[in-house]
Amino acid sequence: MDQFAVKVFVRLRPSVLDPAGEATKSASIKLGAEGIKSLRIGKMIEVNIEGNGENEVKEKIDLLCDRLFANTVIEDYEYSLEKL
Amino acid sequence: MDNFTVGVVVFPGSNCDRDVSWALEGCLDIRTKYLWHESSDLSDVDAIVLPGGFSYGDYLRCGAIARFSPLINALDEFVKSGKRVLGICNGFQILTESGFLPGALTANKNLNFICDDVELDIISSKGGWFNNGGEKQTIKLPIAHGEGRYHCDSDTLKKLVDNELIALRYKNNPNGSSFDIAGITNEKGNVLGLMPHPERACDETIGGTDGLFTLKSLIFK
Repeated sequence: MDQFAVKVFVRLRPSVLDPAGEATKSASIKLGAEGIKSLRIGKMIEVNIEGNGENEVKEKIDLLCDRLFANTVIEDYEYSLEKL
Repeated sequence: MDNFTVGVVVFPGSNCDRDVSWALEGCLDIRTKYLWHESSDLSDVDAIVLPGGFSYGDYLRCGAIARFSPLINALDEFVKSGKRVLGICNGFQILTESGFLPGALTANKNLNFICDDVELDIISSKGGWFNNGGEKQTIKLPIAHGEGRYHCDSDTLKKLVDNELIALRYKNNPNGSSFDIAGITNEKGNVLGLMPHPERACDETIGGTDGLFTLKSLIFK
């Protein structure tokens, strides 16, 4: 069995309003940061997982992302995978 | 209707389960039974309410974890059999997360947790959930949510409109919901999800009775 460290990024789809991102953008500008064109907030999920090779682990992560980590009605996801 | 029993689902974090049960039993004389979320035996209830609250602490997304409970797994057959399911607030979020209703509920546009009475237009009579004898086309119900902004893509919205699945719309959209949507039904009409709380509007002394007929309609066949 191989061990993998997976980082999953879940983001609101571009068409979905992100009020928390807007509020944080507004606070960033008040802090004095200049030049911020957009700011959107997502989630990062770290999973350590074992499996027989990268393909098998990817299948498991795809299922987790599609059914649990993200609600694909409003969110997109992507992930990176590192063999330990 | 003597033996008609409404199952009120209790998740860890539900907090409107007792209000729903009180409204059904105390105001409408309808028998209720609490259903723990780990139960998958729905054989002795005739309708189900998924009450408001914060199931599983709203972790990950509202309703996302509840979707994997044994009870929600058993709900598919229950819905297919035509029995009625009412999802209120967190219950509505669970119904969208688990795919019984389309779309999703996400953070209110202004980021506030909104606790208020709102005016609602009754849009569709599908399922008879708001059948109050035609007296009222606008009702007033309380809302209490931080993540009640209904969102769906344009194809889904068209389907909702074309098939008359939009049950309620806000008169003054408080949370930024697409198309002012406050509640929707499935195509058959036996599943209703709504953000407002009908169980909190069942007695004149606590601010109105516009929620009564929605709870009463649980006993419709």
